[in-house]
Amino acid sequence: MGKIRGAIVVDTAKCKGCSLCVEACPTKVIELSREVNAKGFHFAYMAQPQECTGCTNCATVCPDSCITVYRLKP
Amino acid sequence: MLEINDIIKPENLVYGKTPVLTDSVMHYCPGCSHGVVHKILAQVIEEMGIQEQTIGVAPVGCAVFAYNYIDIDWHEAAHGRAPAVATGIKRLLPEKMVFTYQGDGDLAAIGTAETIHACNRGENIVIIFINNGIYGMTGGQMAPTTIEGMPASTCPFGRTPERDGYPLKMSEILATLPGTCYVTRQAVHTAAHVRKTKKALVKAFENQKMRKGTSIVEVVSTCSSGWKMTPVNANKWMVDNMFPFYKLGDLKNE
Repeated sequence: MGKIRGAIVVDTAKCKGCSLCVEACPTKVIELSREVNAKGFHFAYMAQPQECTGCTNCATVCPDSCITVYRLKP
Repeated sequence: MLEINDIIKPENLVYGKTPVLTDSVMHYCPGCSHGVVHKILAQVIEEMGIQEQTIGVAPVGCAVFAYNYIDIDWHEAAHGRAPAVATGIKRLLPEKMVFTYQGDGDLAAIGTAETIHACNRGENIVIIFINNGIYGMTGGQMAPTTIEGMPASTCPFGRTPERDGYPLKMSEILATLPGTCYVTRQAVHTAAHVRKTKKALVKAFENQKMRKGTSIVEVVSTCSSGWKMTPVNANKWMVDNMFPFYKLGDLKNE
């Protein structure tokens, strides 16, 4: 099990479920949820929060700027 | 045991939405490259501290509503005429930072003349060129930049040069003109490429500050709706098919 170092917050109302962040995540933290948001999109969420390193790759490729990344400073 | 809520604190923030982007939800389709380019453009404007002095010229195409998303001064141009409008703005207000944001239907089809002549005059502007090889806004028709064999709604069996002519490499043409100082072709499909494109935008705006001439940043991008693919498959298709023809990298850097 990885050590928790990072976390993301997804603006679920703005997420369009394009799954580019799922592809960009090197540690496979993100998945698309089964639920949908008000517009009917399967929004992204942290499925494996213990693996997140806070690398910001998901937020960098997000076209709708709906991911905020936090990382513990060493 | 460390909890997620212990990490989600303002002092641990490493990546958030820049205040130069407005809170409006973008009208682009899921996975559209426009959103990424808007975001890095807003970040560049924030980091260079030029929000108050930047004027963007929006095209006709999907990015026509760019003024809703980036909180700077905007001017809307007639289809393809963004470089001509930007020329006027920059000559009247030379202390402002002026850029155009155009798609391939705007820059490479109806606006070819304006683009080539603005670059040939060496106008001191930045041209951001989003090339997805298709007319995305109007329903995926063939564009001048559609690559050979690529299907579009007006060539459902793929583009054939005998019937449709050859795809146009705008950046290669513009790199031969003496007025341009920086011509580069980038992409935004992975985090590494997004960071490289951001650096290219910074360089383009710095060139404008130094009055070196026209800078063109072409971004090879996807149109998942027009290509009839999922965003992830569209990115893969772009890597396999667009990149061998539209090779990434700097074409001119003076």
